[in-house]
Amino acid sequence: MIEIQDIYKTFGDNKVLRGISATFKPGINNLIIGGSGSGKTTLLKCIVGLHEPTAGKVLYDGECFTTMTFRERVPIRKQIGMLFQNSALFDSMTVEQNIMFPLNLFTDMPKDEKLDRVNFCLKKVNLNDKNNLFPSELSGGMKKRVGIARAISMQPKYLFVDEPNSGLDPLTSILIDNLINEITEEFNTTTVIVTHDMNSVMGIGDHVVFLDNGEKWWEGSKNEIAHTNNKELNEFVFASKFMRAARAKL
Amino acid sequence: MFHTLGRYLILLRLSFRKPEKFSVYWAEIMREMTSQGIGSLGIICIISVFIGAVATIQVAFQLSSPLVPQSIAGSISRDSTILEFSPTISALVLAGRVGSSIASQIGTMRVTEQIDALEIMGVNTPGYLISPKIIAGLTMIPLLTIISVALGLSGGYIACIVSRNISPTDYIVGLRDSFNPIIVTVCAVKSIAFGFIITSVCSYFGFYTSGGALEVGQSATKGVVFSCIWILFADLVISSTLL
Repeated sequence: MIEIQDIYKTFGDNKVLRGISATFKPGINNLIIGGSGSGKTTLLKCIVGLHEPTAGKVLYDGECFTTMTFRERVPIRKQIGMLFQNSALFDSMTVEQNIMFPLNLFTDMPKDEKLDRVNFCLKKVNLNDKNNLFPSELSGGMKKRVGIARAISMQPKYLFVDEPNSGLDPLTSILIDNLINEITEEFNTTTVIVTHDMNSVMGIGDHVVFLDNGEKWWEGSKNEIAHTNNKELNEFVFASKFMRAARAKL
Repeated sequence: MFHTLGRYLILLRLSFRKPEKFSVYWAEIMREMTSQGIGSLGIICIISVFIGAVATIQVAFQLSSPLVPQSIAGSISRDSTILEFSPTISALVLAGRVGSSIASQIGTMRVTEQIDALEIMGVNTPGYLISPKIIAGLTMIPLLTIISVALGLSGGYIACIVSRNISPTDYIVGLRDSFNPIIVTVCAVKSIAFGFIITSVCSYFGFYTSGGALEVGQSATKGVVFSCIWILFADLVISSTLL
């Protein structure tokens, strides 16, 4: 379980996050949603330690991550898997080397065992036999799937996903969403997904946190979204004609 | 300026933290040595032969007097090649070839979130990305300088055969005449210092890149320019201290 308590983040005079608190439980998909510039990615980076919060705490299973030194954070970081918006695969390595990289660095597994793990992860994301391709030879959707395979190679306890569907067609988006959902349920990971894709929200949003202008405005499940009276959330969710029509039918 | 210097020193300190796994770092060091050493061999060979040849022809031309023995041209050419041309000119060329490659490689990794991905995994990113490059620079650039010296002196010999300003025999006599081993020490110190400057300064500019493709290019340019300035400054300090 991950708890964030009263997180503030400022860049110079720009207050990006203003006192955000939330709890992300394991085994469900926790979504952070909001418009562009609302602070979703900054919040995610504060949670994983890529940004240091100006104030507030991030707790991983009760342990305060924010106050830990680099070395103290390493054991927690080994339990974190993250899929980046642009996949962030290592260009100079093949698919197999990308997935094997954390295993090489942090485990003493024999080579055969590491290869088995790589093939297991690739099978999980339906990319069998792509071991020797380089990232430049993959499509956007395939890169995302390799990113997921790398993220789960260390069998993480916490899975973070930044804009999983950006730049993907609707069918591939659904495939990626289903994959994340499957991994969350199968490995009981604490999954935190940052997105502004309403299809993802309505598809896999077990727990949704809505941010606007750096503040938390609403928290609930996908089933509660359609019936909320929160003005900011309604403006965001029902911005499109399609969503307004869908709500009218409810 | 102090802010930049402070960040540079902190980055260097972080680069030499204890590695997570030595075997992975060792593989990176070997990869960097191949990239920096073998990758730069061609350009170093070409410039060294030409610089050695041109230096010998020009010195022989300026000393063409019946009062000066011809072999002096060989001695002057040898000292200039070992003391200045091979270490400094090679380092300036390598700042362009190796330095820009390092800055743009690390800079691209930064803007495409590959460095963030490493940090999330718990990797000491300065250590993994920068220390192998510095270690490779500290070993390969002195080796390239040795090759450059040998080829520079050979270039001088070829120039003697082709130009006939000075006979090859006189050139060889000049090379052997009044040799002071301190010039080899100065050459070694310079090449080690230049190797460190090129790799660390360019890594610094690459590591702190922010933005996109345009900024990666700017970081590479800054890395090369600052490396060249620091190489010339270190050249002056080492020469005035050791000679």
